Amino acid sequence: MLRQKWWKIVCVILLLYTVVAGFLGSVPAEPILNETIRNLYFHVAMWMAMMITFIVSVVYSVKFLRTNKHVYDIYALEYAKTGILFGVLGLVTGSVWARWTWGSFWSNDPKQLGATIALLIYLAYLVLRNSIMDLDKRARIGAVYNIFAFAMLFPTIWIVPRMVDSLHPGGMGNSFNIEMDPRLRAVFYPGAIPGWTLLGVWITTLRIRVQLLAEREQESPLATRPKDNH
Amino acid sequence: MYKRIRTLILLLICQALSMPLWAQADTTGKPVEMADKFRADGKIYVVVAVVVVILLGLILYVARLDKKISRFEKELK
Repeated sequence: MLRQKWWKIVCVILLLYTVVAGFLGSVPAEPILNETIRNLYFHVAMWMAMMITFIVSVVYSVKFLRTNKHVYDIYALEYAKTGILFGVLGLVTGSVWARWTWGSFWSNDPKQLGATIALLIYLAYLVLRNSIMDLDKRARIGAVYNIFAFAMLFPTIWIVPRMVDSLHPGGMGNSFNIEMDPRLRAVFYPGAIPGWTLLGVWITTLRIRVQLLAEREQESPLATRPKDNH
Repeated sequence: MYKRIRTLILLLICQALSMPLWAQADTTGKPVEMADKFRADGKIYVVVAVVVVILLGLILYVARLDKKISRFEKELK
């Protein structure tokens, strides 16, 4: 998976499909939303990609704790970083979308607050890791914390915003369920979610490979190796 | 590798084939303002072209980075 090519080509095809069909395809006409409904393929897809990368991250953290293999810790860390990137993009794009549909960039909506808390918890994962100098301890405590951070995603993003009044779809004050429209689903499920997620996986594998190279370099620096003549 | 891509493209074509079916679903209630004129003028294609160029540029960047890392990996082997 790390160095294979086929899924990268698939990623490019899916993203091109998402962008072209996302702008030109027909969408349901809804008041207030108007054409911004197309943000489903971009803003909502960011959160889906974040969720998937965080799931992968926590799986590797559990794997690390079970086997104590150092590579799994690198995988978990890099996937969490990509997840945070997607989360920040989701928060910013959501804020832009809210400006022209809810009225302001930030309205202290439970969904906005919950997503921010979830991201802060994940940012603390990076801070916590970097505050521990002992490498074994860093990996173990990091893995345990990552599981906690993942568990906190559910109340902060999925449960609480749905139990209180929220402007965001899914909240008590908003039973709007537009994503069920088949025209939207045709781009969202086969195109946007796997496309953006695969791009995230691609970037993550690059980061993992750089990390592995850097560690190998530390073990046996290039300078001390016998020079090969090419 | 190409077998898998072929299967995926086939799946997407199947998706596209079923699209005319949804075109028949009409919107009930009063008409909602959409950017119909914008599309009729053909200008939305300009936006699509710009976004596609940006996307391809970013992907090219990542692909080149990928190649570079692969080269380092080979050198370190």
